[in-house]
Amino acid sequence: MTDTASKPGQTEVWITGIGLATSLGEGLDANWAALQEKRVNVDEKGFAPFIVHPLMPVTFDSQIPKKGDQRQMEAWQRIGTYAAGLALDSAGIKGNKDILSKIDMVVAAGGGERDLNVDTGVLTAEAKGANAPGFLNERLMSDLRPTLFLAQLSNLLAGNIAIVHGLGGTSRTFMGEEVAGADAARIALARIASGESDIALVGGSHNGERKDLMVLYEFGDFNLKDKFAPVWARKDHSGFALGSAGAFLVLESKAHAQARGAKPFAKLSSVVADLARRKQPGDMAATLEKLWAKLPRREGKGAIITGATGAEPATSEERGFLKGHADYPVRATGTMFGHTMETQFPLGIALAALAISRGALFPPNDSTGTEIEMQGAPTQIVVMGAGHWRGEGMALVEAVS
Amino acid sequence: MTAPRDKLGRPVVVVTGMGIVTSLGAGKADNWSKLVAGESGIRTITRFPVDGLKTTMAGTVDFVSVDPFSSTGLSERMAELVTQEALEQAGIGAKGDFPGPLFLAVAPVEVEWPQRRELGRAVGKPDFTYDDLLRISGGGKYTAYHHRFMFGSVAAHLAETFGTKGSPISLSTACASGATSIQLGVEAIRRGETDAALCVATDGTVNPEALVRFSLLSALSTQNDPPQAASRPFSKNRDGFVMAEGAGALVLESYEAATARGAKILGVIAGCGELTDSFHRTRSSPDGKPIIGCMNKTLADAGMTPDQIDHINAHGTATPENDKMEFNTTSAVFGELAQKIPVTSNKSMVGHTISAAGAVEAIFSLLTLEHQRIPPTINYETPDPTILFNVVGNKARDARVTAVMSNSFGFGGQNASLILTREPA
Repeated sequence: MTDTASKPGQTEVWITGIGLATSLGEGLDANWAALQEKRVNVDEKGFAPFIVHPLMPVTFDSQIPKKGDQRQMEAWQRIGTYAAGLALDSAGIKGNKDILSKIDMVVAAGGGERDLNVDTGVLTAEAKGANAPGFLNERLMSDLRPTLFLAQLSNLLAGNIAIVHGLGGTSRTFMGEEVAGADAARIALARIASGESDIALVGGSHNGERKDLMVLYEFGDFNLKDKFAPVWARKDHSGFALGSAGAFLVLESKAHAQARGAKPFAKLSSVVADLARRKQPGDMAATLEKLWAKLPRREGKGAIITGATGAEPATSEERGFLKGHADYPVRATGTMFGHTMETQFPLGIALAALAISRGALFPPNDSTGTEIEMQGAPTQIVVMGAGHWRGEGMALVEAVS
Repeated sequence: MTAPRDKLGRPVVVVTGMGIVTSLGAGKADNWSKLVAGESGIRTITRFPVDGLKTTMAGTVDFVSVDPFSSTGLSERMAELVTQEALEQAGIGAKGDFPGPLFLAVAPVEVEWPQRRELGRAVGKPDFTYDDLLRISGGGKYTAYHHRFMFGSVAAHLAETFGTKGSPISLSTACASGATSIQLGVEAIRRGETDAALCVATDGTVNPEALVRFSLLSALSTQNDPPQAASRPFSKNRDGFVMAEGAGALVLESYEAATARGAKILGVIAGCGELTDSFHRTRSSPDGKPIIGCMNKTLADAGMTPDQIDHINAHGTATPENDKMEFNTTSAVFGELAQKIPVTSNKSMVGHTISAAGAVEAIFSLLTLEHQRIPPTINYETPDPTILFNVVGNKARDARVTAVMSNSFGFGGQNASLILTREPA
């Protein structure tokens, strides 16, 4: 069992802070407005034939005041540190030393941001005949910036958040692509629900504007090429368009939130995750059904927010699963935000909490009919995340009764 | 007789299986005999050319072969070996059916130079840009590299091979990763989510770029000759750590579940603690407060007092800053006892196994409890006069050991400590 659900006697866990910096904008209002307008921000030229959802420019100074701190990070860490600051602001705990000194952090991260000039320089020199045994060593010793390493280490997103925002509780970084985001929420929820922790910062960030990442996903032919289409309309032209985004949540026990007068966006009732073997068609859908059955869903208006990638065969398997639950209106965040990998699941939770707190699901953005209009206010939203290659997760976000 | 629950009413978490690989060898028996004999696993690197590098030695694991070679492939293979050893000892579940989750500490994964070079050659012309590399990456020729260089690939492989349950977690807390994997397992059992957890930590990343990265941060020893004398924890002439490879696996179970199935109990994870330092990316807060807090939290978690700890398995990297900081913070927590409790650093012999170190050293701590013998800190010829630890220098020491504190500190402000005991308190 690796489930986390509020069990009898366990404390209720609230989402009291949300921080978003995405290709649609920064902050909750800007993102919500873009979703209402069905706006999509894609760059089809800068990385052609590949498509990305670039970060809507932000003023990093407002959350990362020291230029020295900004210089010590690469883009993915700046985006995350920025979004984490927005989440702390949103929860009303920015600068609150008492709380920040004990807040626990679970971050879902990739890493490895490379200096493309150094890599290309080495490879072209070798192509021109540089073949001394120590050639690579010497070039790396002279060309790599010492601080680049710190921008490559996965746990240095959490490290930077701690330094910039003054966090002093525990700090854990989970890796493993999409499902790392679900596992981060799952462990943070379990720790708060069981009383091990009172309050946690959970989330991730991703810089999709990276050719080194595109190489990695191109190895598996996963990149969306040439022409943008909504996630559900990619069946014959599959792939994901990488997106840049930071999404952080403040999770808090009900008692801790009430004691400081904090208002919840929603409650996080359950997070479950698994690893389907994906050897046979249907393996992944079967795992999704298993996870679905574990969620303590109730009667009432529900919806699904999925991080479906657009990559195959995962997206077709997921579409099959969704057909069996057609009473739940679906929204695929990949259409609007691109694929933000480790960040997609926290982003899904953030949008679910936002939709519940604003009393409406955002409109469909799909040409295939997979996404349908929803009337009325959702009281429960299932967040889904099935990795493009491995890993499946689900969360149940509910209105606070 | 001992209670199945600890002082705080939580299930007691015990260890029923262990597996280890370091530069000293494969398996507990081989590692332990060499460790107490004071042997070093540090040698001059032969895996790749070392021309132009400031540091030319490391604790490589050369006796495990992987084809085609990659650091991530080596990490995976070592993780597999140590897990097999741990599961054989624990005798838990069935083959390919481990009854609990996997927590894996693993170095961040990235495309490596051999593969990048292969791509560069495949472009087939002397002048090209990154876009040319990108253009030839698709089409199915390199599909295996996608799978290999997913961050979750090692955990997915282990989960499928050993049949662990649920979503396996791959984690990094830098040099504290191994301790964090154990902590996650302990917490899952204490919460009652599972009766057993598989905690694995592995690191096979001695490659040119990794060495260069640490060199550029001036973190590595450059005392290359002889390599066996490079790692000098607590010595006045220490000058940095020595990169090393290795892996450790622990089967954790609730005391109740372990005794119910008649398993041999190898030791107890009595306490875990963790505290973030927000001072600097690579340096500890000068006042040492986060490390002090980490140790105190761990003692509190174990329900123990400093006088109940009779051995410290130090982080002891042999960097000038770490060892001094570790003595100062230990003194703040333990008072005068910091100069009496025997302290050792396994890194003097096996080097710094980075992501694996917390688990490797937890296993050595448990073997210390089993054998009532403390492995030495070798190369301890010129003690640092400002570090007044009771260092178990150069020769192993027989001692009555009932409780060990094992410390891990890492880049990014990661601090984690464990307390391991022979019997439940």
